[in-house]
Amino acid sequence: MASLKKIARRTFLIGSAAIVGGVAFGAYKYTRPLENPLEAGPNEAALNPFIFIDAEGVTIITPRAEMGQGVHTTLAALAAEELDVAWEDVRVLHGPPAKAYYNSALMSAVLPVPEYSKSALMQTMSEALGEVNKLFGMQMTGGSTSMMDGYERLRHAGASARETLKLAAADAFGIAASNLKTMNGRVFTPNGNSISYSDLASAAAKIDPPQVELRPKSEWKYVGKTMPRVDMLGKSTGTAEFGVDVRLEGMKYATVRMNPRLGASIKAMDARAAEGMAGVEKIIPLEGGFAVVASNTWLAFQAADAVEADWGDAPYPAEQSEIMQAIEESFAGKPNSTMRDDGDVEAAIEGADLIEAEYRMPFLAHSTMEPMNATARFSDGALEVWCGNQAPTLMRDHCAAAVGIEPEQVTLHTTLMGGGFGRRSETDFGVIAAKVAQAMPDVPVQVTWTREEDMRHDMFRPAAIGRYSGAVKDGKAVMLDGRVAGPSVTASAMKRLMDFSAAGADKVHVEGAFDQPYKIPNYRIQGYLTEMQIPLGFWRSVGNSVNAFMHDSFLDELAHAARADPLEFRLDMMRNEHAPSAAVLEAVRDMSGWTGKTEAGVGRGVAFAHSFGTPVAMVIEVVDEDGSIRINRAWIAADLGTILDPGNLEAQLYGGMIYGLSAAVYGEITFADGAVEQGNFPDYDALRIHNTPVTEVKVMESGGHIGGAGEPGTPPSMSALTNAIFDLTGKRARTLPLMNEFDLLV
Amino acid sequence: MATTINVNGETRSVDLPDDVPLLWVLRDELNLTGTKFGCGVAACGACTVHIDGVAVRSCQTALSDVDGDVTTIEGLGTPESLHALQAAWFEHQVAQCGYCQSGQIMQAASLLAENPSPTDADIDDAMQGNLCRCGTYPRIRAAIHTAAKATRGA
Repeated sequence: MASLKKIARRTFLIGSAAIVGGVAFGAYKYTRPLENPLEAGPNEAALNPFIFIDAEGVTIITPRAEMGQGVHTTLAALAAEELDVAWEDVRVLHGPPAKAYYNSALMSAVLPVPEYSKSALMQTMSEALGEVNKLFGMQMTGGSTSMMDGYERLRHAGASARETLKLAAADAFGIAASNLKTMNGRVFTPNGNSISYSDLASAAAKIDPPQVELRPKSEWKYVGKTMPRVDMLGKSTGTAEFGVDVRLEGMKYATVRMNPRLGASIKAMDARAAEGMAGVEKIIPLEGGFAVVASNTWLAFQAADAVEADWGDAPYPAEQSEIMQAIEESFAGKPNSTMRDDGDVEAAIEGADLIEAEYRMPFLAHSTMEPMNATARFSDGALEVWCGNQAPTLMRDHCAAAVGIEPEQVTLHTTLMGGGFGRRSETDFGVIAAKVAQAMPDVPVQVTWTREEDMRHDMFRPAAIGRYSGAVKDGKAVMLDGRVAGPSVTASAMKRLMDFSAAGADKVHVEGAFDQPYKIPNYRIQGYLTEMQIPLGFWRSVGNSVNAFMHDSFLDELAHAARADPLEFRLDMMRNEHAPSAAVLEAVRDMSGWTGKTEAGVGRGVAFAHSFGTPVAMVIEVVDEDGSIRINRAWIAADLGTILDPGNLEAQLYGGMIYGLSAAVYGEITFADGAVEQGNFPDYDALRIHNTPVTEVKVMESGGHIGGAGEPGTPPSMSALTNAIFDLTGKRARTLPLMNEFDLLV
Repeated sequence: MATTINVNGETRSVDLPDDVPLLWVLRDELNLTGTKFGCGVAACGACTVHIDGVAVRSCQTALSDVDGDVTTIEGLGTPESLHALQAAWFEHQVAQCGYCQSGQIMQAASLLAENPSPTDADIDDAMQGNLCRCGTYPRIRAAIHTAAKATRGA
């Protein structure tokens, strides 16, 4: 198999200073073909940035990273569909950091309009923003955009490579390319002679690749089918290599301890006891903490525990109550955004019943199974880094800056990730490894965080408070006024990752509320931002994880106030607004046999959220089990637009739901004396096999667009559960996590 | 002082303090990286291996307490010669990120060795110490039933 080290050329990229001033670039910059970052040797061909052929066959280079979402498999299927290689011969590598792998779908997601109602003009603007993003060179796996971005690109890559190989074969056989056929990695003549792609690589590499039409859906062999995952055998036999599994000749093992008060300094440290401990090689001071390098990871952990540090004070309110107070106070300021404002929510409506509710959401950690880690080697002014990461170009640039070299002097290997959920779009774990490696020249060092370090030094999903008021009349909602307050993920992440001060209306802060496909005559959603220096990051479904819970919970409250069936109540407001959304609600109604009535000891809740281009409806059933609440069953219906791999989509949707339910039941990060109180799974647990509901998933396709899959299962999960608990107990859960108020089966 | 342990049928000598957990002996000394570090406090099961066929948390098993033959995921089966559970894991396409799956499979293998026909409740009891943040539980359950059937039929 081709190795990335062999084929990744050092690419020359526009530096970060140029990115900030990006408006100065002319159109020619982004219409010019992007440099192919793959370098082919003799008898090899890099036919485009996605297709590499050598003596061993075809390697498909994916622009996105595998963190469990099956992206390597589906992207490979898209390319293989056109390239005509046998599925068992498909090999996949993650691409190097390079502009050729920009994510065109990512920036288009920032448009200030609901996804479901994008007009043709907005689509054009969205594509234009995609071009801006190409300039930015952002290579990011996130925002459930991989398929939106890759759906056509990978098929074009496969088709263009196939036709190039046919042209090479046409020369070899002296037969017109139009008379040749391709199958299972070979080109065939009409009389049955054939030649392998490997044998054509040399000649094909010299041919200018043609652009060709894509095959129609009716001819697909792989796309649209459940394909065996390319990473499944490795992950079932312990042979898959995650970042933490990288092993290099002469490698040392290290760990890191940063100030538990996030972003604060280390005033002094006493490492004398640690220095004498078994296996310890070096203790390296870092800005805000230190690292311990040893002969074994566990010995490094032990020595780190023995270092005494005097930590500086937190740059944010030190106690949880003060943090929540600050969030509450931001309602008194001016709204940052009013992204939906239909009718007049302040006008009195005669004969309507008014209701109000306040919701509170905690900070959350990502808590990936694989703790943060990275491996690095610094030699002769060049840096090599190995780690699972969602943003290779950012990781490379930040590592370069941290050790004072140019990005071209960094070689980054993106491994499989033991979970990402947004956490690995950060660069801190790579930067720390780079600095440790610089202090140990020529020695490869793997820096592994303890679980406690990982949980306490996350970039957290922000806490938030929502204040909703509404009115119902004649069984319908006639007014909904939602306000959400909290610190901004976008502001925190943009500043940290791009050194860019976000300004203007913050869409992410209110997504999941302002952009839902309901028609309510008087309907307003406003966001209030809280200035706060707690580092915040992208957590699976981001703003939707907060707002879908509040918004959908409140719709449920309105339905009950209106004495309407909660499912029909939603459907009634949705039918004329967005048909695919109504269809998933109807599907989940039929799958679950929803009647709006449940027997004693059973509760059912319905929820809906439209996020990342995908409407998802859920019904959850809870049962009373000896006084405890068991999450018994779940039904999910989702419309992906076009189904690329039904088996994987099913897994993503129920996985997203379980991630959301875990947060709803257990998830809570709180601060005391400026530090996170939770440290390990006993303090921050998740659903286990015995309390996960039996789940049925229906994947639908209304045609046209490609919806996201990795995140949309999460937003409706939390309110589906709390709406069910209300049905069972008559008690409305407005504050998460539930374990603080309810006796759930754990 | 060197300690001798038997891992996957081979005798290995390691020179580490007695209290180093087996997990870190396997991963950092013997380069058997299939066994994963998840929590370090026996709360997630990612580090599960067998000692004399019984599942243990290697992060809480000191080197000096290893009193039998150690089997890791690498010793259970290989890509060329899969254990029935690994074949079932492939058939059901269980893994997502995959990080916890070595531990899940080792725990399941210990269960099947003891109970060739586990019920759903038996699976819940045996497997609830193994955390999966991707939420692959529905397919883990299905794969254990499939492997149990295959093993009984063999």
